[in-house]
Amino acid sequence: MVIIGATSAIAHHVARLYATRGWKFFLVARNEERTKAVAADLLARGALDVQVYVADLRQRDLYADIVKKSQNMLPTIDVVLIAQGVYRNQDESDADVHVMLDDFMTNAVSVLAFTHVFASVLESQGHGSIVGLSSVAGDRGRRSNYAYGSSKAAITAYYSGLRGRLHKSGVNILTVKPGPVKTPMIADKKIPLAANVELVATDIAKAIDTRRSVLYTPRVWRLIMLIVRMIPEKMFIRLKF
Amino acid sequence: MPSSWGRYPHATPRSVTNISWLDDVRIRQSDAPNLAFGLGRSYGDVCLNDGGNVLCMEYCNNLLAFDVQRGIVRAAAGVSIAQLLAVVVPHGWFVPVTPGTKFVTLGGALANDVHGKNHHRSGTFGCHITSFELVRSDGSRTICSQSQHSELFAATIGGLGLTGIITWVELQLIPIASRLVVEESVKVGGLAEVVRVTEESDSTWDYTVSWIDVLAKGRALGKGHVLRGRFSEISDGSLSKIASYKPMSIPFECPQWLLSRPTISAFNSIWYHRQTKSVSSRRVDFNSFFYPLDAIGKWNLLYGKRGMLQYQCVVPHEHGVDVVAEILGLLQAGKASSFLAVVKSFGSVVSPGILSFPRPGITLTLDMPNTGQRLFDALDACDKLVLASGGRVYAAKDARIRGDVFRAMYPEIERFLPYIDPAMSSSFWRRVMKGT
Repeated sequence: MVIIGATSAIAHHVARLYATRGWKFFLVARNEERTKAVAADLLARGALDVQVYVADLRQRDLYADIVKKSQNMLPTIDVVLIAQGVYRNQDESDADVHVMLDDFMTNAVSVLAFTHVFASVLESQGHGSIVGLSSVAGDRGRRSNYAYGSSKAAITAYYSGLRGRLHKSGVNILTVKPGPVKTPMIADKKIPLAANVELVATDIAKAIDTRRSVLYTPRVWRLIMLIVRMIPEKMFIRLKF
Repeated sequence: MPSSWGRYPHATPRSVTNISWLDDVRIRQSDAPNLAFGLGRSYGDVCLNDGGNVLCMEYCNNLLAFDVQRGIVRAAAGVSIAQLLAVVVPHGWFVPVTPGTKFVTLGGALANDVHGKNHHRSGTFGCHITSFELVRSDGSRTICSQSQHSELFAATIGGLGLTGIITWVELQLIPIASRLVVEESVKVGGLAEVVRVTEESDSTWDYTVSWIDVLAKGRALGKGHVLRGRFSEISDGSLSKIASYKPMSIPFECPQWLLSRPTISAFNSIWYHRQTKSVSSRRVDFNSFFYPLDAIGKWNLLYGKRGMLQYQCVVPHEHGVDVVAEILGLLQAGKASSFLAVVKSFGSVVSPGILSFPRPGITLTLDMPNTGQRLFDALDACDKLVLASGGRVYAAKDARIRGDVFRAMYPEIERFLPYIDPAMSSSFWRRVMKGT
């Protein structure tokens, strides 16, 4: 498994489930100490081999090197999990365009870039899965988090088209749309109804194994977002959430 | 909001911080005292820090290393015994000492120097720790073991989190061939028989514990079952199976009449009589043998809004039965009711921990609904009895012992004091050290 953004709590918990199956992992993330901690954890849980590649994912000149190193380690890549993401309060993004763009770089641009390069790799391989962590926030831009939501909407749309391009190639494209999840990303924000990361990870692993296209986790969010998407715009803009 | 298992007393910390990464563990400069918090399975206020800073370590649950051949595992302090077992059991390893619930963190197990049904053979949790790392407010990160910083090692084991924050723990596991435990249950008619059968069982069984009825009167006082067990030595292929028991969970705080004297008395009676044979034997999954109560999530909510108190003491073997009988008498007189009272025999394996609770003798543990002052008075009287007999009470279970009594039970406190980190404190410690 190749994991981009390997210090993501969701990605880490998904990886743990595959570690017990004796998988090998190529981890890419920015924080060396923490990525090594993830690597040690996966090895202790049964991973056969783990390699760490330290990189700021916003850099645009490393894609070829990362692909090359991952293929050296994993001649066959079964799953590419793309999980990087930052979350901040909307008013911080509103206050400074560069903050907003920097986050978009991490959350959308780098995610699409890695998806793009690994899509070609898997297409030539003729099998495998690409898993992207989008969000329910991408289903409709909301006043409280539309900068974050727009980056997730980019992922959802790109993956949808990519799925069409690759549907005959043997490569599965999975868009994961979690509701709020109890992880360090939202630890200091007051967000109610956040799900347990272990449950979300279990859902994701099942979706990967069964080659799903789109996963809402927990499942109730599919219904919630269906309703949210149907609210007429004139009414929606008045909602504060 | 961190709370203890007894849900008494209440505490409101000034700040609660969740830690996810070991490199984030630090004791920040503050005028308020600090304390780490695991899963909140201790009963009273050892894990509480009213008005202080609480660092929740529950999400610090990485494994650092696992030597599958030698059974040595190093894990972050927030890893629970449940999570650890899920990883190590399929490889044929088990924790050397476990308390009655697997939902405790390794850091918490170390800080309370927990013990289990095999104390007579294996001592406490601290006896099996090879090393741990401790973060202190002076910025130091110190690896402690029997040979390195051995005094800090001894102070931290059973040290109730007061010496600093434990980041990771390394322990030696024990080998097992099967998930199954051979369990025998002996029906006994009274306290003296409980103690006698326990002592006999200790010589041939690895795990022994007794459940007794403390509401029974007269000669039947303390009647119950002596449970004894050992891991099955047959390699039956069970190690790789996952236990498929669906735990239920208590959904809300229950009304106070649910667990009161009449209902508990009825339960105890049914529980005692459900075993018809005098000795019954079977093989059970280790979860049923070690963690029967874990099958009911949030069972502490059964005690309702007032919460519960747990009282655990140990009294020396000499006159042990008489002292325990007297304690049960005092509690009956105080109209305290308890079900699931437990009696066990502690052996002479010495823990490295300075403040470690177990001493050779008989240990009695009771859960009681918190009925207020009358119960507190009865427990104060029990404390005096325990102290006079040369015994002590377990801090990890305590919510109300008087400071002077606790300090008299633990003269070792003198040796412990220099190792307390000045920035760390707990509601328990402030309560028992008040005035000194």
